[in-house]
Amino acid sequence: MAKVLMKGNEAIGEAAIRAGCIHFFGYPITPQSEVPEYLARRLPEVGGQYVQAESEVAASNMIYGAAGVGMRVLTTSSSPGISLMAEGISYIAASELPVVLVNIMRAGPGLGGILPAQGDYFQATRGTGHGDFQLLVLAPASVQEAVNLVILAFELAEKYLNPVMVIGDGMIGQMMEPVEFPVEGVGPPLDPGDWALTGCEGRERRIVNSLFLDPEACNRHNLKLKAKYERMAENEQRWELYNCDEPYDLLVTAFGMMSRICKTAIDDLKAEGTNVGLFRPISLNPFPYEPCRRVIDRAQRILDVEMSMGQMIYDIQLAAQGRLEIDFHGTAGGVVPSPDEVADKIRESLARIGRSPARKPGKRSAKAAAAQKSKSKRSKKTATAQKPGKRGGKKPQNAGKRSAARQSSARRHGRRSGR
Amino acid sequence: MAGTEVLMAGFGGQGMLLSGKLLAYAAMNEGMEVSWLPSYGPEMRGGTANVTVCISDKPVGSPYISRPMALLVMNQPSLEKFGPRVKPGGLIVVNSSLVPIEADRDDCTVIYIAANDLAKEAGTARAANLVMLGAYLGWSGVVDKKTAVKMIEKEFAKKAKFIPANKAAFEIGFAEGFKAKGGKR
Repeated sequence: MAKVLMKGNEAIGEAAIRAGCIHFFGYPITPQSEVPEYLARRLPEVGGQYVQAESEVAASNMIYGAAGVGMRVLTTSSSPGISLMAEGISYIAASELPVVLVNIMRAGPGLGGILPAQGDYFQATRGTGHGDFQLLVLAPASVQEAVNLVILAFELAEKYLNPVMVIGDGMIGQMMEPVEFPVEGVGPPLDPGDWALTGCEGRERRIVNSLFLDPEACNRHNLKLKAKYERMAENEQRWELYNCDEPYDLLVTAFGMMSRICKTAIDDLKAEGTNVGLFRPISLNPFPYEPCRRVIDRAQRILDVEMSMGQMIYDIQLAAQGRLEIDFHGTAGGVVPSPDEVADKIRESLARIGRSPARKPGKRSAKAAAAQKSKSKRSKKTATAQKPGKRGGKKPQNAGKRSAARQSSARRHGRRSGR
Repeated sequence: MAGTEVLMAGFGGQGMLLSGKLLAYAAMNEGMEVSWLPSYGPEMRGGTANVTVCISDKPVGSPYISRPMALLVMNQPSLEKFGPRVKPGGLIVVNSSLVPIEADRDDCTVIYIAANDLAKEAGTARAANLVMLGAYLGWSGVVDKKTAVKMIEKEFAKKAKFIPANKAAFEIGFAEGFKAKGGKR
């Protein structure tokens, strides 16, 4: 099949159709508005339904209803819109219905801004809505991968009867890249199985419900969900390793588009003779802790880079289990770290473990050399076991505005570099 | 060619995003890996707009580029903002019909093209973006001229009456770029 050049948002819409999803409910919000725009035109062509809801709250209840009657269904939104959908998503998870959600993240918190960000990592992996439930969360790093993961998302949603979220930043929604759709035409409709409400004439009635007033019954239901999440954790971990075949001292961790920027920085450093590995989770939940730990064990230090103030870093900590110091570099508000900026942060991290990073001409190399000199007297062991408290009282620049909890977590992370 | 990056910038409505799209299409049709990343600020028509196109024989790493190999500018603010960021040895194409200043770079090739005037000669001043694209390709040879012309025909297929002027504008720009390169590559 020939490659076509498509905007991420449009490709996501087309991927849903190829997966057999011809029902969409949603509400426009930048930077994902091209998904509803595209589907508003395309769905009538394939005999589907496009409904622009009156709000995201309504959209989430519409997908709840449509999934309940056995329709394969999609909604897409961006950060504040997902917050509005949170209640419905919790109900859908509790009722064990297969829906696919796409979050094309923008800057936050609050109304934030419309430019790319990754600040919804916690929301997607920890607390999309109330109660004990989990989403399966997939994070693409290219338009092609977004297509593949949207198609996979429908499969997984139906396999586990659980909502699946595909999460990307504004860049992936807005950029164009060549894509190849793995299937032609419109996929077959969803098999309503033994759960969908399709009319109970001639069979026992089915109930789609999330209300369990009997505590024992509600507890049993939660145990059932827990068992499902454990199955997901066992079977659905996905990740990518980059440049990890050769020995490396530093492991960079990043997800989504940020990982591509890190790859370019890593390539640039490689051309200068410095080898740095990269770990990219593709499934943010379940997080691939064990695969991450395996590549951490071959490193001396970790640099986590995110377009947020530090969210995935908690999962990296869980994977590292205190073995290594973790440096962090993050931006927010729609500021995207450039490959050069990431390369500089890699040099700083390497200097902290006394590794001689490739020099870059100009003032930065002098800075890096000075930093390296100050650390070079320490043995490798003391450098990695170094306690944050020994930093000579050097506080992060904006420490005064942080809560005590944030400060202590910042110390746990090692140095947090502000911009 | 291992790869290159082009930043095209101007006011919204000047067609730089379209020029970028045509370049990305052409490179894709020649079997290259490409990415097209637009700025999408809260601007309206008349605000600034830019797009970064990356072309590579390997999968494109970061589509977000701080130091591009080439810069095509349609207005003064874009030249002031992005001019200093072009990689040494790179190319800057300036639309001198609209940009009254010169690029302050002696380590890059700078081509001044009166894109609006040349486009007017070709039939429509609105095709200045294609004069710029032509100049870039005439100088760099990143994609074949024939491929680019084919993409213009495809892009304007539904508005066929615009094809001749746009093609002519592209050809004029191409000739200028090729001349700037010294008539050989």
